Amino acid sequence: MHSQYNVCKSPECYNLNMNYIFYFLIVISIIAGAINGRLQEVVNSILTGAELSVKVAFSLIGIMAFWLGMMKIAEKSGLIAIIARIIKPVTKKLFNEVPEDSPAVGDIAMNFSANALGLANAATPIGIKAMKELQKINVDKKSASNAMCMLLAMNTAGFQLIPATVIAVLIGIGYKNPTEIIAPTLLVTSITFLSAITLAKIFEKFWKPQKGDE
Amino acid sequence: MFQTLMNIISLWALPAIIILILTIGLFRKVPLYEVFTDGAKEGFHVAVNIIPYLVAIIVAISMLRASGIIEMTGQALSPILGHFNVPADTIPIMIVRSLSGSAALGVFSDIAHNLGPDAYATKLAAVMVGSSETTFYVLAVYFGAVGISKLRYALIAGLLADFIGIVAAIAVCNLMF
Repeated sequence: MHSQYNVCKSPECYNLNMNYIFYFLIVISIIAGAINGRLQEVVNSILTGAELSVKVAFSLIGIMAFWLGMMKIAEKSGLIAIIARIIKPVTKKLFNEVPEDSPAVGDIAMNFSANALGLANAATPIGIKAMKELQKINVDKKSASNAMCMLLAMNTAGFQLIPATVIAVLIGIGYKNPTEIIAPTLLVTSITFLSAITLAKIFEKFWKPQKGDE
Repeated sequence: MFQTLMNIISLWALPAIIILILTIGLFRKVPLYEVFTDGAKEGFHVAVNIIPYLVAIIVAISMLRASGIIEMTGQALSPILGHFNVPADTIPIMIVRSLSGSAALGVFSDIAHNLGPDAYATKLAAVMVGSSETTFYVLAVYFGAVGISKLRYALIAGLLADFIGIVAAIAVCNLMF
């Protein structure tokens, strides 16, 4: 019988994938929990973690629907295409494999802008839409294309202009001048962001290409 | 002055984007309501589709946090990081911020409330939390939504950038505060 999950023996399957990360996170947790005498807490955390996951996903439904609806209007009206044209010089360098007329380019620009403005609720649905567009032109649907890795790097770096949540906490404890935290944070977040895209570009050159890439 | 400007920007960013999208749509004669609902239909589908990926990542990370290994690593790192003027209280943030945003924010709130506004630890923690995004969560959501399981270099690049961000936060705070 043909199985969807082929057991792979070729060296490329030792490429880093979710299987190892999943395995090690869980096994290390159980061993460390046993050593620290916190095995019961570890077991209990399975239930709380699972509940939290569903809560997170369900809390996304409404806002995801809203922004996917908004983005569809933006796409139909040609707004996304205009934005894509404006930032073309940047995206051409970062996402050189993505065709210039792909809707992904505009989505990526919107995702970056929403992140920079600290609008996480909008950034996530738009980023997911960008991923879906990138998946359409991906040669291997199970593995991340260079463009997907770049988009992920941009998002994991978490570039934002104003750290609103942190400032709110500082105001809460009576911090006299909470805005003095903005400049250093902006400097650090910029360094992280530039490192992330540079690293993604460097890895892109040296990493084994996807199957069917050459 | 700067603060008021920033407040205005954060208040108006979202409404401005929404007005822009709707107005251009209306101007270009897009049937707004129909197109909106058509696009929104996918929201449920996408959110439900990422549940398995979220369960895998969030459960694994909850287990890791419950196991006490983060505190163990913190204690192991504390003598080394002490040389770089890093207060011991802030070390858990460095370890946890790629794994769980709410945990990092929680540790930061604890530091802020216990040590107060004048402590160096509060400032360093603020910069470290304010400049980070939860790498594992982003990975689960973004790749989960399209069913990617072979990450290639995505996670390594993200975690390396996180590490550079921590080093940068320590350096910048040492210079500025």
